[in-house]
Order: sequence, then C-alpha cells, then structure tokens
Amino acid sequence: MIFDDFSAFLSMGGQGLYVWSAYGFAFVVFAVNVGRPMRLRRHVEALIRQRLAREAEQ
Amino acid sequence: MWQWFHRLGAPKSFFEISGRLLPWLCALTAILLAVGVVWALGFVPQDYQQGHSVRIMYIHVPSAILAQSSYMMMAAAGAVYLIWRIKLADIALSCAAPIGVTLTLLALVTGSIWGKPTWGTWWVWDARLTSTLVLFFLFIGVMALRSAMEGRESAGRATAMLALVGVVNLPIIKYSVDWWFTLHQPSSLSLTEKPSMPAEMWMPLLVMVLGFYAFFFSVWMIRIRIEILNREYRTDWVQKVIAQ
Repeated sequence: MIFDDFSAFLSMGGQGLYVWSAYGFAFVVFAVNVGRPMRLRRHVEALIRQRLAREAEQ
Repeated sequence: MWQWFHRLGAPKSFFEISGRLLPWLCALTAILLAVGVVWALGFVPQDYQQGHSVRIMYIHVPSAILAQSSYMMMAAAGAVYLIWRIKLADIALSCAAPIGVTLTLLALVTGSIWGKPTWGTWWVWDARLTSTLVLFFLFIGVMALRSAMEGRESAGRATAMLALVGVVNLPIIKYSVDWWFTLHQPSSLSLTEKPSMPAEMWMPLLVMVLGFYAFFFSVWMIRIRIEILNREYRTDWVQKVIAQ
C-alpha cells in the first residue's frame, strides 16, 4: 500500500472527490451492463412463453 | 477453417460454444478487474504532476480504448452481415451498441472528472474530446435507427451501413492529438512502441485494459445469446432451453 492509513486512502491527497467519483461512476456503468442483460433474459423468456402459448391456441 | 467459421455462424452452435466458454470468461474478467482496481487504487505511486488523480487514468484509458475497439468490432460485424448475410453478425452488431455507448460515456465522464483538477476545466471543445463525443452519438444513432425501422432485414442493412460509415471517425479520434493542437496528451499505451512510463505504472494499466476487454466480450456474448433465443424461439432447441 502506498498510503499510511485509511483516511489517507480516502482523501487521496485532497483529490479523493475526483478519484472516488470516477471509480463510483465506473462501478455504476459496470453494474448497469451486468444487470440489464439479466433482466432482459427474464423478459425474453417470458415473451417466448407468451408467443408459444398464443401460437398453440391458434 | 471456413467450415468452422460457418459452424460458429449458426446460432445454435454459437449458443452451445459460448455457453461453455462464458463461465471461464466471466471468471477471468473478475480476476483481472479485481487485481487491476486494487493495484490502481492502492499501489500505483502518485504522479509528480497529477498527484493521486492519475488513478483515474486506470479507468479512463481502458474505457476509451474499448469505446473505439467496440465500435470497430460492431462495424466489422456490420460488414460481415452486408457481405455474407450471416444472421449472427446482425445480432452481434445490435448487441455491441448498447455496451459500447456506456463505455464511451464512461470514457467521457472519467476524462471530464480528471480534467477538472488537471487542466482546470471539465470540458474543452478540442479535437479528441469532440470526436469521442461524436463516437458516443454514433452509437446512439445505431441504436435509434435499429429500433425505429420496421422489418429486420432492412433495419439490419441500414444499421450496418451507418456503423460502417461511422468508422471514418475512428482515425480522427486516434490522430486528433497529432493533427491538431490539443490539450489532450498523446497515447499512453501503444502496441508498437515502448511505454513512456515506468513499469509500475503501465503494468496495472495493461491489466485493466485486458480486464475491460474480457468484460466487454463477456457481456457481448451474454446479450448475443439472449437475442439468439429471442429470434430462434420457434426451434426445438430453444424451447428446450426455455423449459429448463
């Protein structure tokens, strides 16, 4: 570790706000990229079941 | 080789092969990103000019590389679709855009956050920043065109065409730092030249770039698999997958 203690790690020599907001935003972007396909998969599966059920009726 | 290419182009075999590959790729992504982030945040020495804000580079540079690289792959998929009419290429194109657009946004936002303490401004209309903003809108254009057009065939062809035309922007981004006077510094990593920074700074950067690539390929694959299910839902094998 480059930092002496945890508060030095948080403050990043006074630039903590910039560094942590950049990493925070990166985290959000990654979470969105992982979360969206998971929801999409459930949505598509439900959609397929619906379509198949409708086609079976006809 | 050609046969193999065609086999992979069939949605069903792509689904099977990617299903076997995906757990390994996700594990690799997690390892690379975890190592890269810990390294970049806790162990990279601070820059003598930038101080600790240099740590932002470890997200900014990989996301900017991936923004352009994912656009290139998307356009390549468009070319494959236009020439060979391989359905999978059309799927790949439409699945790359929503990921590429978020990575471009990440590059723009982290660049902006880094610019404030370093250049003293959030944004300048300089060649590299502007051409990256254009890249962002190209991704949005591809997504909008796809969802606005009726008919899968014509929508696929139109988006492939738009993606290909937009490739013009990529060399502009790459050479903008040489062609025009800009605030933005030249490339920090290059395949052909020795790195201009010490190993303790570029090694974690390399790990992060590889991690971002692995992440992009993982999410791309997951999205392609979902779209394959969506389009092939009438086939027996998809119905078996859904039933599980």
